[in-house]
Amino acid sequence: MRDSSFRLARWIGRAIVNVGAPVQFRSEVLRFTMRSRLVILRVFLAFGVLPGPTHAAEIKIGAAEALTGNASQYGLPIRKGFELALSEINAGGGINGRKIELVIEDEQGKKEEAINVFKKLIFQDKVLMLFGPTLSNSAQASDPVAQGAKVVVFGTSNTADGITSIGNYVFRNSVTEADILPVTLKIAAQKTGLKRVAVLYGNDDIFTKSGYDNFKKALQDLKIPVVTTETFAKGDVDFKPQLTKIKASGADAIVMSALVAEGAPIMVQARQLGIALPFIGGNGMNSPRVFALAKDNSDNLWVGSPWSVENPATENKRFIAAYQKAHATLPDQFAAQAYDAMYIAAQALKKIKLTGQLEADRKTLRDALPTAQWSGATGPFKFRQAVGRDGKPAGYDAVQTAIVMVTKANLYVIQK
Amino acid sequence: MLAQQLINALSLGGVYALFALGFTLVFGVLNVINLAQGAVFMLGAYAALHSVVALRLPLLAGIFLAMIVTGAAGWVLDRWIFAPLRARGAPHLAPMIATIGVTIVLTSAIEGTFGAENKRFPAELMPTEVLSLGDVQITWLELRIILLAFALMALLLWGLKRTRLGRALRGLSESPKAAALLGVDVEGLFRMTSVIGAMLGGAAGVLIALYSNAVFPHMGQPMLHKGIAIVILGGMGDIRGALLGGFLLGFAEVFSVAYIGSTMRDAVAFGLLFTILLLRPQGLFGHTAQRRA
Repeated sequence: MRDSSFRLARWIGRAIVNVGAPVQFRSEVLRFTMRSRLVILRVFLAFGVLPGPTHAAEIKIGAAEALTGNASQYGLPIRKGFELALSEINAGGGINGRKIELVIEDEQGKKEEAINVFKKLIFQDKVLMLFGPTLSNSAQASDPVAQGAKVVVFGTSNTADGITSIGNYVFRNSVTEADILPVTLKIAAQKTGLKRVAVLYGNDDIFTKSGYDNFKKALQDLKIPVVTTETFAKGDVDFKPQLTKIKASGADAIVMSALVAEGAPIMVQARQLGIALPFIGGNGMNSPRVFALAKDNSDNLWVGSPWSVENPATENKRFIAAYQKAHATLPDQFAAQAYDAMYIAAQALKKIKLTGQLEADRKTLRDALPTAQWSGATGPFKFRQAVGRDGKPAGYDAVQTAIVMVTKANLYVIQK
Repeated sequence: MLAQQLINALSLGGVYALFALGFTLVFGVLNVINLAQGAVFMLGAYAALHSVVALRLPLLAGIFLAMIVTGAAGWVLDRWIFAPLRARGAPHLAPMIATIGVTIVLTSAIEGTFGAENKRFPAELMPTEVLSLGDVQITWLELRIILLAFALMALLLWGLKRTRLGRALRGLSESPKAAALLGVDVEGLFRMTSVIGAMLGGAAGVLIALYSNAVFPHMGQPMLHKGIAIVILGGMGDIRGALLGGFLLGFAEVFSVAYIGSTMRDAVAFGLLFTILLLRPQGLFGHTAQRRA
């Protein structure tokens, strides 16, 4: 019971510290009002004022996602995906009768903050396993903390190379760019008949840089010559100099490793410069937000991903409808993968017997998770063991089929 | 390609110069390094976006409203932060650090209200006509951005040179004490400067948002870094320096991409600034440090 009063004290402490960051503060206040009754009850319990049963029935799972800051554009849909899956699972009786409680903390899309939040969730909140962090950049820094503490860390949005080679407690259901990009490129090359390409990528971010490395390798394998390679940096807003250069280079397609935030303005500016070439993007460009940000300039963008808003599979349609009902907006890939990840974890949890011994339970869960299978919004899913830096078996990557799409009239059209 | 890159550099340089003007004006007159200028720039973009999307105003009215909103922000900034610090004779670092706080508050407030994700101006409101001159493509939008940036700069320069207010401002930046002795309303002018500086920043914010199709809460940060570099390059507090510095940075960036490589974009641009400062530590139009003291 000590930890509940501890939590309240921490909340007050944080509220004071957070005066400089009002939004986070506000979300804390919201969360506080939502939970206030529960918290007050717990405080009473902590001081022994009210007699009552303990609430050990809940299975506590942590999530560290970027809820504020620039990366919150990915972190917030992820939280919505978790919450949707959670409400469905809990409404359906939970895990063998026990409900899942999700403790979500804000890692702000920063490495240092991700490490702090991981430590807090693992050592203070004593979660059984944890999801996150949002960015591959942060995962490189924080996942070793979970590995060291022998707690499962399950990434739903980390697609850069090398994340799962950190250790055998590291899982992800986000398909790596290494698996997807060659397929996208091959199909786009077949259908558009491209002969030589220009490459454009963000060189100061591990996600877009790793996407570039994979594109480069795939282009070499397919023997497609690259006429020019251009870069940009996170937060850049002006891409016309690079695009002007690409226009003069004689390329017949632009291979782009970017997130929507930069990718969409790039497409608009390219069309303004009179560049009608096809764009081939990574899964960072697989979001209906492309159509909001590059409206009417978004045609002829090729992307590959296990998830598509247009995929007519029953599970996906059900997910999209439920998500729209709950959040009044279309989901994106980040939401879909978070939603599926919660179900994948639930499959493993259903199979194991929890003893209440935290360390033993954490290990039991780790041992059960690799065999979990699930068919959800992103299609049939299973894990595949990755190889560590030392050549020994390490964490687990996703095995899924890529859907290749091209944009037309503000919609994705499935090609394969 | 060269002609197109010239156009690119001209529009980018125009926005940089506009941003740097507001920044340098506040420094020249108030002697404050206003690190909130980046946030004000972002506020301008959001104000215009909101008035166009939610209030359904035409684009030009949106720009006008954005300048009013950011002008008001400039007023508040001076009334509640710079003025009290001035009255207490706070050291130079105090207002600068206070403006960092303002940046955090503004950015978080916008992030909380409008969300962290990128926004854009509705496509149907944007002029889409493209002017093709041979190989060069200029959208009407770009043309208007360049014209508007130049018009605002010309207005400021004319105002400073020819009007009573401008003379008073120039006197004030020479010596507040002497200006006060000559009967200039020093406090009023300080406030006015903060308002004008913020309005220029806000206008630059709208223009870059229109130019690049991207509005997001953290858009002010890279701009602020560039603005600081431009102002230092031009000579702290010097209007001509900010103008020239803005265009210089725009051209340096664009041409380093065109002829050296985009990886080197910032390295070349800032390397150039560094070299100029080695040769002229006071900046292109800078006064010597002793004169101010």
